[in-house]
Amino acid sequence: MIRLKDVYLEYLTAAGPVAAVGRVSLEVAAGERLVFIGPSGCGKTTMIYLMAGLLAPTAGVIELGGRRVAGPDPRLALILQDYGLLPWKTVSQNAALGLAVRRMGRQEQREIVRPLLAELGLAGLEDRYPAQLSGGQRQRVALARALALRPAYLLMDEPLSALDALTREHLQELLLEVWRERQVTVVMVTHSIEEAVYLGRRLVVLSPRPARVQAVVENPGAGSPGYRASAEFHRQCGRLRELLDPGEQRQAAAR
Amino acid sequence: MVLTWRDLAIGIALIGLAWWALAAAVSNPAFPGPLPAADALARLLVAGELAAHLAASAWRVLASLAVSLVLAVPLGLVLGRKQAWDRVLAPAVYLLYPVPKIVLLPLIMVLAGIGEVAKITVIFLVIFFQLLVTTRDAARAIPVPTVLSVKSLGAGEGDIYRHVVIPACLPAILTGVRISLGTAISVLFFAETVAGTSGLGYAILDAWHRAAYSQMFAAILAMSLLGLSFYYIIDLLERWWCRWQYL
Ligand SMILES: Nc1ncnc2c1ncn2[C@@H]1O[C@H](COP(=O)(O)OP(=O)(O)O)[C@@H](O)[C@H]1O
Ligand SMILES: [Mg+2]
Repeated sequence: MIRLKDVYLEYLTAAGPVAAVGRVSLEVAAGERLVFIGPSGCGKTTMIYLMAGLLAPTAGVIELGGRRVAGPDPRLALILQDYGLLPWKTVSQNAALGLAVRRMGRQEQREIVRPLLAELGLAGLEDRYPAQLSGGQRQRVALARALALRPAYLLMDEPLSALDALTREHLQELLLEVWRERQVTVVMVTHSIEEAVYLGRRLVVLSPRPARVQAVVENPGAGSPGYRASAEFHRQCGRLRELLDPGEQRQAAAR
Repeated sequence: MVLTWRDLAIGIALIGLAWWALAAAVSNPAFPGPLPAADALARLLVAGELAAHLAASAWRVLASLAVSLVLAVPLGLVLGRKQAWDRVLAPAVYLLYPVPKIVLLPLIMVLAGIGEVAKITVIFLVIFFQLLVTTRDAARAIPVPTVLSVKSLGAGEGDIYRHVVIPACLPAILTGVRISLGTAISVLFFAETVAGTSGLGYAILDAWHRAAYSQMFAAILAMSLLGLSFYYIIDLLERWWCRWQYL
């Protein structure tokens, strides 16, 4: 379980402190799939960094499985939109990076990474460099790198937002499959309403900066077959759109 | 890109042709054509005298480059990563960087004598700052999220250098070495003409004093050969170490 208690974060800039996360309290149950959605610049990435132990909160407490987060935690893996893969490492070197950092032997690394890459549809691409991959393949490698660590918690910051629509839907299916099989606790950030509703069992709508929890939407249908075509799906999308930008909805209704 | 033999042959032919035309137009014994110079180069290299000068110069370039790399690269990487350190040291670097260090040669010779140490020191002083600034800027350009994503895997500071900072900066460092090499050879020439009796700079000056112009041009050719070999080695190293840049 991930628990945030009154988490507050200020960045110190030349112009003075800038609050990016304002007093967020939240619990993510084990095995849950939670999606953050909020306007750009509201503090989503900052929230992910906080939970990953890469930033310390200015105030408040973050706990992971009952223990206070004080730095990167071996039970947790992180996937970022870009920057995740190292251009100078091959697919298998990138996928094995977390294992190499944990001083695992080469042979053992290979035994974990090979089947994982195959499972994610990357067999035969082991010796390519990221520049030789499509965007979708790159994010699969990033997923492999995270899963190689067998994490209990998986944090993802807009992992699919650089992809075209079709690749994106393929990868959404892949994510659902991977999550189902591994019982990980997932926290994902997206700025796509449809993606949030398709993937997230619980949707947390954040306010403009500094991020605060503006609404929590239960979304029990998430990930079920055919959900995308259902009336419930569209209702949920409409609800989310309303929560994210009530002003525009009212204007649209008036026209 | 690694120079192929064909490109090299074309380059040599072009320069040779221009040289030949220029020498023919000037028509002065002080400016021999490419053929007498190449002939003198071959004879003197075989005789061993020029080979010894070439070896002395190559050693000085190599030694000063090695010392500069060993000191400038680690410092540059750290300054690029630690803004607080850079804030302390950057003013000193920028004050010293533009000073033409070659003016210190007389002082260095008083302090270190006229031997190898003085020559290597003055080259070091010139190229150290080039390499330092190039390396630091490359390290500074590494995106923060890249480092954070590797940190999230449990990487310590050493892992970050090994897996991220060093490979990210290597292409820029090699470019820095290429630029420094040209500078190093010019400074070397100057240092060798000021003092000592070895090295290509000395050989050029000595041949000039004796009005032995083909010998002088032979030494100049040897100098360009020295630079060429170094560039070739750097290109090969880059191909090998930075394969991901050549896909
Ligand atoms: N290192 C930083 N220093 C200062 N301000 C920052 C820093 N990182 C982010 N910010 C600011 O904090 C706010 C939230 O950023 P971020 O968490 O990246 O938002 P999001 O991911 O929701 O787009 C933005 O206004 C951004 O400009
Ligand atoms: Mg973001």
